[in-house]
Parts: sequence; C-alpha cells; structure tokens
Amino acid sequence: MTFVPPNLVPAYPEIFLLVALSALLIADLFIDETKRFLTYAYAQLALVGTAGFLLLGAMGQVVVTFNGSFVDDPLARTLKMISVLAVSFVLAYSRDYIQSRGLFKGEFFVLILFALLGVMVMISANHFLVMYLGLELLSLSLCALIALQRDSVIASEAAMKYFVLAALASGMLLYGLSMIYGATGSLQMAEVANTIAQGNADPGILVLGLVFMVAGLSFKMGVVPFHMWVPDVYEGAPTAVALFVTTAPKIGAFAFFMRLLAGAMGPMLPDWQSMLIIVAVLSMLLGNVTAIAQTNLKRMLAYSTISHMGFLLLGILSGTLGGYSAAMFYVVSYVLMSLAAFGMILLMSRDGFEADTLSDFKGLNKRSPWYAFMMLLIMISMAGIPVSAGFFAKLAVLSAALDAGLTWLVVFAVMMSLVGAFYYLRIIKLMYMDEPDDVTPLVGESDHRLLLSINGLTLLGLGILPQPLIDLCTASIAQSLRG
Amino acid sequence: MLNLTDYLMLGALLFAISIVGIFLNRKNLIVLLMCIELMLLAVNLNFVAFSHYLHDTAGQVFVFFILTVAAAESAIGLAILVVLFRNLRSIHVDDISRLKE
Repeated sequence: MTFVPPNLVPAYPEIFLLVALSALLIADLFIDETKRFLTYAYAQLALVGTAGFLLLGAMGQVVVTFNGSFVDDPLARTLKMISVLAVSFVLAYSRDYIQSRGLFKGEFFVLILFALLGVMVMISANHFLVMYLGLELLSLSLCALIALQRDSVIASEAAMKYFVLAALASGMLLYGLSMIYGATGSLQMAEVANTIAQGNADPGILVLGLVFMVAGLSFKMGVVPFHMWVPDVYEGAPTAVALFVTTAPKIGAFAFFMRLLAGAMGPMLPDWQSMLIIVAVLSMLLGNVTAIAQTNLKRMLAYSTISHMGFLLLGILSGTLGGYSAAMFYVVSYVLMSLAAFGMILLMSRDGFEADTLSDFKGLNKRSPWYAFMMLLIMISMAGIPVSAGFFAKLAVLSAALDAGLTWLVVFAVMMSLVGAFYYLRIIKLMYMDEPDDVTPLVGESDHRLLLSINGLTLLGLGILPQPLIDLCTASIAQSLRG
Repeated sequence: MLNLTDYLMLGALLFAISIVGIFLNRKNLIVLLMCIELMLLAVNLNFVAFSHYLHDTAGQVFVFFILTVAAAESAIGLAILVVLFRNLRSIHVDDISRLKE
C-alpha cells in the first residue's frame, strides 16, 4: 500500500481558520490590555480570510477528500458562508457588551472561532468520526464560553447544565452510531446509506441505533423533549454568548440533520419521519405555550427558538428535496432574525444593566423610533406575518409538509404560529402603546447601529424579494444531494 | 466462548447504569461526571466488539478518538465544577436551581 497525500484544497477554509486562530492565541499574549481592539480586528480579518477561501473554491461541484470522510459541496459552501457571516455580526454586536463587563479578552474570540471551526467541520463531514469531532469541538468550546463570566452564579450553573446534557447527548449519539456501525459495517456515510438501501443490514439494530441517534440530534437542535438546556443557557450565559449560541451552532445542527438523516439514513425515511413528527409537534406546542408566560426576554426568545426549531423540522421530515431546501431557507432566516433580536438586546444593555426583561422595551418608540421600527420588523418576522423573511420561511416549510401529505400537521403548525403571534405582538404593543420608564434615547457604537439596521432591513428585504435566497437554497440542496 | 451478543449486553447494561446514574443522582456532581465517563466507555465497548466481529479496524480507531475527547471533556467538566464551587460553595445537584421558570 502506498501513501497518497489527500487533496487538501476542499479543506482550505478550515485549515486557514485553524492557522489564523492558533496565531491569534499566541499573538493575544503579547497584546497590551489597552490595545485589545487589535484582537477583535484580527478575529474579523480571520473571518474575512475564511470567507475569501470559501469564495475561491469551485462552485457547483461535489468534491470528496480525505478517503471519503470530508465533503465539499454547494450545501456545505453556502452554510459555511452564512456561519462565517453570522459570526462576524456576533463579534461586532458583542464588542461593546463584553468590554463593559470585563470579558473583552482573547479567550472570547479564540473560543468563538474554535466553535465556528467545529461547525464548519460538522457541515462538511462525510464520516461519523469527522462529524463527532466537529460536534465535540463545538460543544466543548460552547461550555467554556458559557462559563466565561466566572464570577456569575447563573452563568456557571448554565454551563454545568449545558455540559452534562451535551455529554449525555453525545453519549446517546455515539451509542446510536455504534449500533449503525455494527449493522452496516461502515462509518462512512455514503457506504452506510448504500448498505441500508441494498437491504444488507439488520433492520432491528438499525432502528435501535436510529432512535438513539435522533435523541442525540434533537438535543443539539434544542427540541422537545431534549430542550431543557435552551432556556437556561439563554438566560444564564452572557448575552453575547447567547447570541452566538443561536447562530452558527443552529446552522451546524441543521447540517447535522441533513448529513446524518437525509444522507446516511436516507433509505430509512419512514422510520425517522415518524420520530421527527413527534418531536416537531411537542416543540411547537411547548415552545409557543411556555413562551407566553415568560417575562424575561431572553427566556422568551429561548422558548421561541424551540418552536422555530420545531418548524424547521417540518421541512426536514418532509423528506423531499423541496422540504430540505425549505428547511435550509428557514434556518437562514431564523439566524438572521435571532441575530437581530439579540443585537437589539445588546444595543439596549448598558454597563451593569441587562435589557432582558419585557418591560425594558416599554415605550421604545418614544425613545428611539428607528430602533423600535427595527424591533417591529424582527418581531413580525419571528411571528411569520407577511412582508417579512419569517413569513416566507414558514410558508416554505408548511407547503413542503403539505406536499408530503401531512395535512393535520400543517393545520396544527398554523394554529401554533397563531398562538406564537401573541407574545411577539405583545412586545410591539409595549413599544408603541406604553409610556417609557426612562426617556433617554439609545446610544451605542456606530458600527453596531449600522449593522443592526442592515440586519433588520434584510429581514424586510427578504420579505419583499425572497426569491434569490430561495433559489440559492434550492440550488445548493439539489446539487449536493443529487448523487 | 463469548459471542457478540454478550459484549453488546454488557455494553447496554453499562450504558443503562450510567443513564440511571445521571437521572437518579441528586447528591454529587462528581458522580455525574463519573456516569458520563462510564457512558462513553460503554459505547467504546460496543465499538470494539463490533470492530472485532466485523474484522474492520475503523471501529477501534473511533474508540481512540472517543477516549481522547472524553479526556478533554472531563477536563472541561471539572473546570466548570471548580468555577461553580467557587460561586456556590456546594456541588450538590439540588443546589443548582437558580435558573427555573
């Protein structure tokens, strides 16, 4: 046997990010406390470089490398591009917040970039081992990030809860993978799918493995009954970290579902479809109903995330190319929405004051009409009211589920989004109808305000012209899952 | 002569013990970390058993990676535990209850 060096080109973005962030780790040691802005600028540059490598690669091709364990396809490329963009927004939004809370250190940037690297590896994984390593890189970095505010009791408590549940979920996922390995004799996703399609695997062991796998995946997505960590982490972690948790890791979780369920387990669609239906129904029900009772905005957004992930699963469980691209459109617009929502909380927070209760939004229109309008856009988008990205996202997943013949599920989902509209509209009422307790206008860094405006207007823009993004999602899915 | 089913039964038993340990344990967070380790070892046993009976080394390679990740995981788990103890002066599972609706 001769050693053939692997084709490294498809992994250039990951390799670049790894090198850049290792350099950041060392460079940060020599940066003076007062010049910490350099670390921030360097991290943003590393993201720009990664994005550049992503754009350089071949478009519309599926390249498999590292003995079939790493795949670079349009789906991976698009998802990675969106993750990198989202992380760049996260860093810009959180700079002011972490500065005023003494968290403006190199660790924050290094951990976020490592988590991003984990997400990118997960997105491109074509082998169970690569997927597992990407996943652990992400969840271990997240554990450390959540506990970054060392003197905060709730942050360390949230970190402990996240750690235990993440480890439990990884254990379940691994147990499922070991069963699937035993049944099919392979860890490579395409080979697993082939063996199952040819009927050479024991169906009993496969279903057992699948149950454990879906449980592990559901945890990563944060859907009922594996949602317990979501509200605690959103509330307990520093807002800047909560913002990060809602962006790139969600894209990673979506890729996880696509690679494992739609890819490796594709031939077992009827089995996982019925499991995901239960999970989706419970998530939409519990997420929307519990969110109504919340007074803490971060906790409310956590429950709204749970229900959004339930909607996202509607697209995936349809099991068609149309359904997958609808789910992809949903995850992209969800990331845009939650970026903007948390960006808004970060903008309103000041030194020693977290703007995380609903009453902090009272009379925002009298304080800063423009940002009240932005929040209005975010909320109607989350509620799925027309002329917003969220409306087309919900429409896409619902029509995909309808095409798959799941009419009752669609009726249920529409009812749940009506329930959900209540708590989003309540914030709009608070902003426009109530009197503010504090009449000072919002202040914030100019780049934060500019990006937030761009972010909010993008939601409006996608509500008027959703077609380019829908086409991008459809093309990515169609070109990647053709084979 | 032991066959594959025996190993799988042992793996399932260890896995079940660790899950029960995580859910029933109300006293000590360190026991929780031990249960997590046990769970990963149960999975490793499964992988090694399958790997041997399938005559395929990929499963054993996977085990090495799981062991490495488990070491990193317990390092982070203990670090969080220390932070938590500094803030709370306790590692009782029941005391971790500030974040509830």
